Amino acid sequence: MTRDELKKIGEAEQERIRKYRHQVHVCMASGCHALRSDKVRTGLQAEAKKQGREGEVLVKRVGCLGLCSRGPLVLEDQSRIHTGVAPEEAGTLLRSLGEPEAAGGEPLPLDHPFFKGQRKIVMEHSGAIDPERIEEYIAVGGYEQMLAAIIDMAPEAVIDQVTRSGLRGRGGAGYPTGLKWSTVAKAGGGDKYVICNADEGDPGAFMDRSVMESTPHQLIEGMIIAGYAVGANHGVIYVRAEYPLAIARLEKAIGQAEKMGLLGRNIGATRFSFDLQLRYGAGAFVTGEETALIASVEGRRGTPRSRPPYPAERGLWGRPTLINNVETLANVVPILKNGGDWYAGIGAEKSRGTKVFALVGRVNNVGLIEVPLGITLREIIEGPGGGIPGGRKFKAVQTGGPSGGCIPEASLDLPVDYESLVQAGSIMGSGGMIVMDETSCMVDVAKYFMQFCMSESCGKCIPCRVGTVQMHHLLEKMTTGSATGRDLEMLEELCDLARHASLCGLGQSAPNPVLSTLRYFRDEYLAHIDEKRCPAGVCTMGAGG
Amino acid sequence: MTEMGHGRLTEEERREIAAEIAGSEYPRAAASDALKIVQRHRGWVGGEIVEVAAMLGMAPAELESVATWYSLIFREPVGRHVILICDSVSCWITGYRALLDHLTGRLGIGLGGTTADARFTLLPVACLGACEQAPAMMVDEDLHGDLTPEKIDAILEQYP
Repeated sequence: MTRDELKKIGEAEQERIRKYRHQVHVCMASGCHALRSDKVRTGLQAEAKKQGREGEVLVKRVGCLGLCSRGPLVLEDQSRIHTGVAPEEAGTLLRSLGEPEAAGGEPLPLDHPFFKGQRKIVMEHSGAIDPERIEEYIAVGGYEQMLAAIIDMAPEAVIDQVTRSGLRGRGGAGYPTGLKWSTVAKAGGGDKYVICNADEGDPGAFMDRSVMESTPHQLIEGMIIAGYAVGANHGVIYVRAEYPLAIARLEKAIGQAEKMGLLGRNIGATRFSFDLQLRYGAGAFVTGEETALIASVEGRRGTPRSRPPYPAERGLWGRPTLINNVETLANVVPILKNGGDWYAGIGAEKSRGTKVFALVGRVNNVGLIEVPLGITLREIIEGPGGGIPGGRKFKAVQTGGPSGGCIPEASLDLPVDYESLVQAGSIMGSGGMIVMDETSCMVDVAKYFMQFCMSESCGKCIPCRVGTVQMHHLLEKMTTGSATGRDLEMLEELCDLARHASLCGLGQSAPNPVLSTLRYFRDEYLAHIDEKRCPAGVCTMGAGG
Repeated sequence: MTEMGHGRLTEEERREIAAEIAGSEYPRAAASDALKIVQRHRGWVGGEIVEVAAMLGMAPAELESVATWYSLIFREPVGRHVILICDSVSCWITGYRALLDHLTGRLGIGLGGTTADARFTLLPVACLGACEQAPAMMVDEDLHGDLTPEKIDAILEQYP
């Protein structure tokens, strides 16, 4: 595939789409899919045929439109979104296309607060193109950056752009991506690997699922560029088995890219070759830790090992390996397209660019949002989030999954950047943002996360294996009204121990949800212990323990 | 002890596993895929794990350590349909416990159990990534969200 050939495919596709007077985009990502948006799509197609408008109305499958809680979603001509569309409304919806008065589902204008204030870089094409047609991705400039990089740019120049962008790992730890790439690039010759960590397992997070379901080619293109930059010819996407739709779309996308010669030997008639394999998880959270993930890909039990050596030196099959998460890699194409300096101009001082968040829990607009880093939590929750439903009172927002913490009302004006969140006792994490109101008990939430860590602990090191069980036991006593002040002391001691003595991130951060709730909601713990009372009315006190 | 059922791999299974191995850089990299092939044909992985291990050049105990690591590879018989009920935080704060009570009451089994008619197995799952429609569950590969007890009853009917 040469650049000219790619351009021709893109132009032909643009021409095909331009013929239609109306474009009707039906969201077919997991959220809407589960609400049977496929029936809405076939309903719209049948209705277009019935009304004799097949030539002027294009009904197409697209990826995530964001406002997942109000699906099935249908985007009309980039002008308004119909929410909660039923298949029976297909006829009325089609008849109202372009009319001032929208019909079919509940229509929302695109300047609705949910969409305003978002800045889409990773999700730019999400909801705009058909994830199952490579031609549509090419029509919006897809694979151009990849060919430009491998034909015109030296690997160092590619890394330089990524370094200048200030992009940091979106999987949670926030390690500078450019630095990671240059470390792998400098590691000795021979075979190297690029692994995409798509084992998104944080409870409350589904950003990566959405990227894979909506724009799989953007991820694949980012991986090829990463391979070229670090000198790797093999790529692996490790995706969790719980995401069957994402797996199906990736399989299809890889097949399409191979068929067009965008993956495989001598890409773009250059000397660069890159192949891509899919590997599947099978239900194990800790396998998302990078050394555990490598073990799993090698057909071993997916437990972590101590580092160093880091995967950048000794990774898959003992070879230098670059591991990046889905969202990190999906940022690569826009960075190369617009330049590293452009990206660095967005966001906050040490946290450049945008971040996709899964906004869930007790908030009016549940869904996926992409916002510039440095925005405050309040701006997110009250802006795109639309506030708390039912006139109830905001209590806390949990970020960072089981490694993160709960942030209270008093800290809502905190800017969302890597450092500020750590200072507040939480972490950025992969992007789950769980909003809780006064009906949530903080001790119960801490117990939930401890139970999660307890069941996901691999058992290799004692502080995590035994510590999480004991901490869970103490929290269980508190939520059933049989704890004493001594139990609270023990809990804090164990938190300290697990944090400092565990082998990997799972155990080291397992105490975080407890510590952050203790820091901000100690009163609630004391009410459970001293007064045998659950202020939120969640825990059944006196139920044993 | 894990119950040992089944016996020898079928020709078809051997062929599929061999194809996975051929597509891998090292045979053992196909370990979890090979186990899933067996599971797809039989519902769960039984005594044939010994033969699979031989194909992968692994000791049976080594492959067993891989198989038992993953919660979605079954080393015991499961029902015709596997229900994964999400116990993630979003589901936790939107009514997971009441749904679990409903499911266990209706099916007459606890988490990890299989109904007497071998129709359903009920398992917890850490997170389905379906928080926008919490509480959620997955039956086989179908995702179901915004669950209520009534909705669960209707969903179960779809899986004979």
